[in-house]
Amino acid sequence: MTTTTKPATPVTATRGRRPGAGALALRQGRLEITQFLRSRESVVFTMGFPIIMILIFASIFGGTIGGGVKFTQYFITGMIATGLMTVSFQNLGIWIPIERDRGVLKRYRGTPMPKWVWFAGKVIMVVAIGIAETVLLLAVAVALFDLDLPGTAGKWFTFGWVAVLGVTACTLCGIAISSLARTARSGSAVVTPVALVLQFISGVFFVFTDLPTWMQQVAALFPLKWMCQGLRAVFLPESFGAQEPGGSFELGRVALVLAVWCVLGLVLCLTTFRWTTKRDG
Amino acid sequence: MDDELAISVRGLRKAYGDNVAVAGVDLDVRRGEVFALLGPNGAGKTTTVEILEGYRRRDAGEVTVLGADPAHPDAGWRSRVGIVLQGTGEFDELTVAEVIRHFSGFYPDADDPDKVIERVGLAGKAKARTHTLSGGQKRRLDVALGIIGRPELLFLDEPTTGFDPEARREFWELIRDLAAAGTTIVLTTHYLDEAESLADRVGVIAGGRLVEVAAPNRLGNRQEALATVSWRTPDGTPESAQSATPTALVAELAARYGGEVPGLTVTRPTLEDVYLTMIGHAR
Repeated sequence: MTTTTKPATPVTATRGRRPGAGALALRQGRLEITQFLRSRESVVFTMGFPIIMILIFASIFGGTIGGGVKFTQYFITGMIATGLMTVSFQNLGIWIPIERDRGVLKRYRGTPMPKWVWFAGKVIMVVAIGIAETVLLLAVAVALFDLDLPGTAGKWFTFGWVAVLGVTACTLCGIAISSLARTARSGSAVVTPVALVLQFISGVFFVFTDLPTWMQQVAALFPLKWMCQGLRAVFLPESFGAQEPGGSFELGRVALVLAVWCVLGLVLCLTTFRWTTKRDG
Repeated sequence: MDDELAISVRGLRKAYGDNVAVAGVDLDVRRGEVFALLGPNGAGKTTTVEILEGYRRRDAGEVTVLGADPAHPDAGWRSRVGIVLQGTGEFDELTVAEVIRHFSGFYPDADDPDKVIERVGLAGKAKARTHTLSGGQKRRLDVALGIIGRPELLFLDEPTTGFDPEARREFWELIRDLAAAGTTIVLTTHYLDEAESLADRVGVIAGGRLVEVAAPNRLGNRQEALATVSWRTPDGTPESAQSATPTALVAELAARYGGEVPGLTVTRPTLEDVYLTMIGHAR
């Protein structure tokens, strides 16, 4: 056998066809969305859960919370916040360990794909699914339970930034917590209890101020409580701010706490993220 | 740095805690060569290869792969190296064509996805979700993803595990095609026939050391080894002798028996014999 080098002849070469950085990220996002939508468990669990919950809650608590404001107006905030947390924090915290365990991440690392493109793909998926889910949730609540949508541009603006900051914090925390799971299966065991406890103590299933004070204080350390509170400023009348623990909706503090979690999540991602499992070196 | 070398390794060491996986390996692979790393499980094959692929950090030694240190892989280097890992990273929900097309987008000089699908023998499965593929078909998808970027250097870690004999032959043809086009190929394998029929040179690794590197037919001085001549005496007793000049011995036997020698065989050590002796010594 010969060992002389014969240059590969690029007969059907398609040089310079590689997409630019932005296009690479969009392709990655589209791939992630396709994978998500084709996985029935993801769609039912992530998209369906908040909608089922609003159906149940709005049917049980058909009355008003005072001042002629429907209960739905209160619970929709918790459901939107939960939905955003599910699609970002839980979705990533459960799926990334599976992909890491299967060697999907290792395979990506063996290609010239820039690392950030993979993260961008996840973010695009979270944002797209998050928007679709929130729209669906609002549509169901408006159609079946006479939800009043925010009436001013200012409230929509608040809705926007609370959602963006909340999703960003939860996405970063989801990526960070994915490194705690040692195997594909343990992702859900790590993430689900955290999410469930947060939902209970953050005023998703109960009126927040009905919870014991110490529980409110614990919840105030985590993002979900502040996402719910920010959304209450959007869906409840201004006067309801007085009933909040702080005497108002405290939008400044909402922004501050969520921003701190974004920074914390980012630092955790940068310091702990692993492309391979521990046994994989 | 030698431009003729695709891979150059000196004094490579890697330990996991107390377990020394690679204990001082020196290795050169020339450009355009097909090099097979042969060795039992736990010998250090995968660790060595994954260091060369830029997945693992080494503890000591000098390593150059395509002119760069694989411990610091950049995108340009990555696009010249194709990798077929041992474990498959699966994309259950996507089709074969979708996965291959997606990965082709990562490379500056990617091959045509349809052509690659055809080449690895998955044309009939292009639209199938990857979770419906058999083990051998999944392996072909792995190979497709390894070659989609038209690599100069291709690593294959136990590529034909799970293949039926026919699929293995087809795969060998593919490797020969790639080698003929100038691709440098490093493969690890358990299968001696695979190493023998594909590789220009074989490196036997055992206990974290490279025991020998040679052309398959020269391994363990196979060519110079004594031949074993066996035959049966007229009363049916098996008889055998080792000889450096087996032809002379056969002629002598022919004269003794006046023509046909009953049950005559002449054998030299097979690659397997040599290999088992080598890894036996290393233990």
